[in-house]
Amino acid sequence: MDDMLLRELTPAVIGVLVRRGVDFATAEDAVQEALIQAALTWPDRPPSDPKGWLVTVAWRKFLDAHRSEASRRNRERLLDLEPPPGPTETADDTLQLFFLCAHPSLTPASAVALTLRAVGGLTTRQIAQAYLVPEATMAQRISRAKRTVRDVRFDQPGDLATVLRVLYLVFNEGYTGDVDLSAEAIRLTRQLAGTSRSRGTMVADEEIAGLLALMLLHHARRAARTRPDGSLVPLAEQDRSLWNTELIAEGVDILQTALAHDRLGEFQAQAAIAALHADAPRAEETDWVQIVGWYDELLRLTGSPVVQLNRAVAIGEADGPVAGLAALAVVDPDLPRYTAASAYLHEKAGDHSIAARLYADAALSAPNLAERHHLTRQAARISQALRE
Amino acid sequence: MAKYLLLKHYRGAPQAVNDVPMDQWTPGEIEDHMKYMSDFATRLETTGEFVDGQALSPQGTFVRYDGEGRPPVTDGPFAETKDLIAGWMVIDVDTYQRALELAGELSAAPGAGGKPIHEWLEVRPFLTAPPTVTE
Repeated sequence: MDDMLLRELTPAVIGVLVRRGVDFATAEDAVQEALIQAALTWPDRPPSDPKGWLVTVAWRKFLDAHRSEASRRNRERLLDLEPPPGPTETADDTLQLFFLCAHPSLTPASAVALTLRAVGGLTTRQIAQAYLVPEATMAQRISRAKRTVRDVRFDQPGDLATVLRVLYLVFNEGYTGDVDLSAEAIRLTRQLAGTSRSRGTMVADEEIAGLLALMLLHHARRAARTRPDGSLVPLAEQDRSLWNTELIAEGVDILQTALAHDRLGEFQAQAAIAALHADAPRAEETDWVQIVGWYDELLRLTGSPVVQLNRAVAIGEADGPVAGLAALAVVDPDLPRYTAASAYLHEKAGDHSIAARLYADAALSAPNLAERHHLTRQAARISQALRE
Repeated sequence: MAKYLLLKHYRGAPQAVNDVPMDQWTPGEIEDHMKYMSDFATRLETTGEFVDGQALSPQGTFVRYDGEGRPPVTDGPFAETKDLIAGWMVIDVDTYQRALELAGELSAAPGAGGKPIHEWLEVRPFLTAPPTVTE
């Protein structure tokens, strides 16, 4: 049986049930039952229309469960609700499921877990592994999320920006368990892009494309980003022959189509920066001037201090470390990675003892172990050079 | 089998013998240190004695309840003197002796000059339910 196919179909089938008025948690239970049934019967008798099969069986499972506790009268009312047989549609329902899972009443962590469970069709165990928490903890988190959205009804369009943020969070979680969350986020974003197009223009399709392009461009560099021992390789030192040119070409293609519509958003601007990095055959050939231009756009769109920080580093490359340090001077020094950026620019400017001290400081506040080790090595490298 | 928590103190414990701040090591010495630690964990996985390990951020805050309706008191009088735990590892071993042996081995990770850093590790047993007596 094709696991991928089932994962693709699961959200659509849940969506159909939810649209028919079944609450989210009950719909999911019914679909799980249908999937178990599928595992038993499909190997011998594969259905000609897997989705139709799942919808029918899940609906029957729901009715069975419902019948056992509801009156005959209620059952007949529900049977009346069943739409006439015919081709089943997907687009509407999947999009609504995305919106439900990214509902603003959920915390980002819950929204991510629910999206992976309901839209992605991952098992609770797989999600728990990816987040390095016990399965029971993740199961609780997911059921709390389901309770939170239990009474949400699909009567108005959801917030696409939140959906995109959730997908980007999934992408950035990386891959610690047996599921590659980056690949999963790409799959879901593709699905969202297809869904959205068939639905119409209530949301900025260009931004979905922008996010997809951004993910593809980042993903393309993954093999070069870490050494076998897990340590980080900075962009400038990466072996560019390890970059996946197919993914880069696809990302650039998607981005260009999106940019042509002239409705710029932050994901498109970020993807443009990633594309310029991907485009340089050698680090020294990076078009930093254009990258600074895109950071200006990004800053205009978001006003984000993190963008300001990255922009200062880009200016350091385009116009020299002194200009970079001047741009850094207006950035909030409490930002994560501020000290690391400052250390880097000071080193480029030739202030080696300051740079060594800043790298050591930056290591103390590094957001993860790989960065802590990387920054400690940088500090050690300069300290050693100073002693020699 | 009993579980023990090995705590790596960077401050608050007695001074390590080979006490050179890490940014004063050579990059090669850092590599060796990392490799030693990761080899150690890998080997414990093969002996079935490894449970879990994580590195910790140096930022820590002491918090205390300060009465109904009042904000919690944070970082009271210990701000400058509190210890600093850099990471931990949980092992599951047969005997206390084995836990001490492994902690000693981890403490011997190479540091500056390729010599063992002799850092202090705290070994704390996990509390477990008393075994049920069936007879």
